[in-house]
Amino acid sequence: MTAPRTLPPPASDRRLAQPERLPLLDVQGVEAAYGPYRALFGVSFSVPAGSAVALVGPNGAGKTTVARVISGLLRASAGTIAFDGQEITRWPAWRIARAGLVHAPEGRSVFASLSVEENLVLALKGVNHRAQAEALERAYGAFEHLARRKDQQAGTLSGGEQRMLSLAKVLALPRRLLVVDEVSLGLAPAVVDEVFDAMRQILRAGTSILVVEQHVERALALAERVVLLAHGRVLREGPTAEIAPEVSRLLPTGAGTLNTSPAAPQQPGGEPDRPEAE
Amino acid sequence: MSQFVSFVLPGIPYGCAYALMAAGLVLTYQASGVFNLAFGAQAFVSAVLFTIAVRAGWPGWIAFLVSVVLAAPLIGVLLEQVLFRFTRTAPPLVKLVPALGLLIAIPSLVQLVIGTSARVPSSLLLSPSEVYFHLAGSPVSGEELSTTVVAVVVIILLALLLQSSGLGLRMRAVVESPRMAELAGIRSERVSAFAWGISSLFAGLAGVLLAPIYPQVNAANFTALLVAAVAAAAIGGFASMPLTLLGGVVLGIVQEVIAGYLPSGSVLSSGLRPAFPFVVLAVVLVSRRSLRGAQPSLGDPLAGCDPPPPSLRPPARMAEVAIGSRVFAGVLAALLLVTAAVLVPGNWEFTLTQGLVLSVIFLSITVLTGLGGQISLCQATFAGAGAFAVGQLAAHFGTPVLLGLLVGGGLAAGIGALVALPTLRLGGLSVGLLTLSFALVADNVLFLYSWSGGGGSGLSVPRPTVAGISFASSSAFFWLVVVLLALVSLAVRLLGAGTTGQELAAIRGSEIGAASIGVNVNRLRVVAFTLSAAVAGVGGGLYASLQQSVSPTDFNYQFSLVYVVVVASIGIYTVAGAIEAGLAYTVLLQLIGNLPSRYSSLLGLVFGLVALSYVRHPEGVVEYARIWALDRAEQLARLLKRHEQAAGS
Repeated sequence: MTAPRTLPPPASDRRLAQPERLPLLDVQGVEAAYGPYRALFGVSFSVPAGSAVALVGPNGAGKTTVARVISGLLRASAGTIAFDGQEITRWPAWRIARAGLVHAPEGRSVFASLSVEENLVLALKGVNHRAQAEALERAYGAFEHLARRKDQQAGTLSGGEQRMLSLAKVLALPRRLLVVDEVSLGLAPAVVDEVFDAMRQILRAGTSILVVEQHVERALALAERVVLLAHGRVLREGPTAEIAPEVSRLLPTGAGTLNTSPAAPQQPGGEPDRPEAE
Repeated sequence: MSQFVSFVLPGIPYGCAYALMAAGLVLTYQASGVFNLAFGAQAFVSAVLFTIAVRAGWPGWIAFLVSVVLAAPLIGVLLEQVLFRFTRTAPPLVKLVPALGLLIAIPSLVQLVIGTSARVPSSLLLSPSEVYFHLAGSPVSGEELSTTVVAVVVIILLALLLQSSGLGLRMRAVVESPRMAELAGIRSERVSAFAWGISSLFAGLAGVLLAPIYPQVNAANFTALLVAAVAAAAIGGFASMPLTLLGGVVLGIVQEVIAGYLPSGSVLSSGLRPAFPFVVLAVVLVSRRSLRGAQPSLGDPLAGCDPPPPSLRPPARMAEVAIGSRVFAGVLAALLLVTAAVLVPGNWEFTLTQGLVLSVIFLSITVLTGLGGQISLCQATFAGAGAFAVGQLAAHFGTPVLLGLLVGGGLAAGIGALVALPTLRLGGLSVGLLTLSFALVADNVLFLYSWSGGGGSGLSVPRPTVAGISFASSSAFFWLVVVLLALVSLAVRLLGAGTTGQELAAIRGSEIGAASIGVNVNRLRVVAFTLSAAVAGVGGGLYASLQQSVSPTDFNYQFSLVYVVVVASIGIYTVAGAIEAGLAYTVLLQLIGNLPSRYSSLLGLVFGLVALSYVRHPEGVVEYARIWALDRAEQLARLLKRHEQAAGS
């Protein structure tokens, strides 16, 4: 496992030690539900400006729901979300996107009936012609596959290519915060490496990233902080170096469920309760 | 040459109006995924408003501003806001039913508000009959001039708007996934409201421009306009604006040219002119490549954000509730029957019988749409085939009615299979439109011949006689209908519960998914259409025997639309739903028939508006109410049980 690039300060006083790193995104006590099915039970965490945070957890933990609530796709039923000091909890998705918080949803999130280039152009709304041309060139440079298929209907691309396109859409322009859901799903390992390299680049350029991943090791290698989600609740949150071993133990590679064997030491938070899905 | 030009010129205003309306259809379809058949009604509203304003002495341009520029977009945005924005990602049927409901409800509402008196239309810019100049020896009137000029100007404006602002691209993004568009910073609601406003303006404009061509402002004329526009939109593949516009203009011209050259007086010439757009529509739908073959699945990738839809299968109930509800339903039904007998004036037995006969026809929709998920807008035509078969057989060969019903059902089944064949490679919307065009061709051509629909006077049909027992009296016929309805209901229920029913449920859920588990989708579609048409044919034959006569207008295409709307709004998935729909329809018809004629349009209004609820409750309002009531009853039963246990311990 790769070591984090910057060693975080000790957990006890990390906020005090870095007063200039105000949270860019602050999620407080968020709850959400799909109709009668409750998915989140008071989730709180934050993404410091200019940093990458990994949101990990077993299947059904609520990771995707957290991403949706942040980007405004799903309305939180309780709690608050603040972005750059402004409360965005009740904002519509388009307004959040225009504020610089972009969300790459999981799966093949492309407009299937539009061409590859039209998909990219839509993502470049609000920039002038020259900037748009440059951004297109950058996107095609990063994903050569797409350059060859730019006039093809996005729905006819292969699964991996569609995934590339949905990432190219969000990586094309510099943003404030990028929320990427399951970036590695359906991509060849070599392409996943490229995508993570691209994310490192934009991280260096000042964009913050919230990366939602099943693929824990890659996410931990990128992120400075980790949020472990289970059963719609935050189980652990902290600097990667501090809680990575624990995350690896609770969530062994490839496991779809939490490893809560008796050998695991009990933490003060105790075992998570089952969500009260009706 | 000059004769040809004299046929072409009068076609141009038609062509322009078709093109305008078709442009509106394509625009809304592209921007919201809804194929808004209600544009026919919206055009009617604008034309009526314009006529009233001009008659009231307003200057023409103010009347135009109010009726077209103001009222038409307002109606469109209103419809989008309260209704169609909830249907963006819904299956085709959920998008079609409310539009059909509006097509029926809006003219009814207009009639209710302003009365049914005939209105002579006024023309917009120039005096319609005045001849301004001659082209190749043919006079060009103000009507042709003003319509053409306005249409061309408006279409150029639209093209500029779509091209320059990238609005077209955003509209296409929004229709595919409003959520994903929002993630790209696009205000989905605004884009789609804008598209609805613009396209409704087009519909209103087409209505006002075309109104003076007709002798009076009448809703039926605008439905004809609508169907021609649908054909034009199909020529453009529901996507290409230039092809759509061209298609509209060519359609208008060719229609007039054909009418000019065909010998006058024959069924073919009087029928083909109105039927021509439908023939074109059918041919285009079947032959156009982009409408054929496997459509790429355009489901919203972010549909997972929505709460899961309610299950259509009612949950298992506690035994007490299940039994109690049956007793309750029986008591309620008996009460309703008694009330109907007392309150409904006139021959209530006849009304009741009529309701049960209609229930048989409605069961054909339960089979095709409820079980199989297929859309058909020609169920009344299938019923008509059965009715005419019974009538012709009785008239020419003295065939007993019951045997005639079987033959009629078989004939309708054959027609159903024939109609199903060209639909095999089409998606939901195209199937609906193809069946609609078949219904219109049948109305305008097939049913007009004396060997089918009995010509203008229709056919007289006897009441059945079985083994020497006559069912001529209304009460005897009533019991015969009860027995037949019970048989058909049982058959439908068995069909639904059997293997075929399960396979139909599979293709209703997902044709691709069904094919992947080994269901022969094509065969099942044909089976569904065949069985459904057979049921409709039997129902139609019974209807003819009940009325003791039948004429082509009894099975007009409008009945097909009304039938679908009525069944869908009451409950399309259950046998009980079809029977309730049949009874509700006739009882309401009877009640309204006793009101002053001013209220004759209430029926259309009621069911048209109820159909709007289909968006929220695809299980139907009665079914929804039943599930709701059973849920409450079950809660109560649980509570009582807990109470009892607590008291016992």
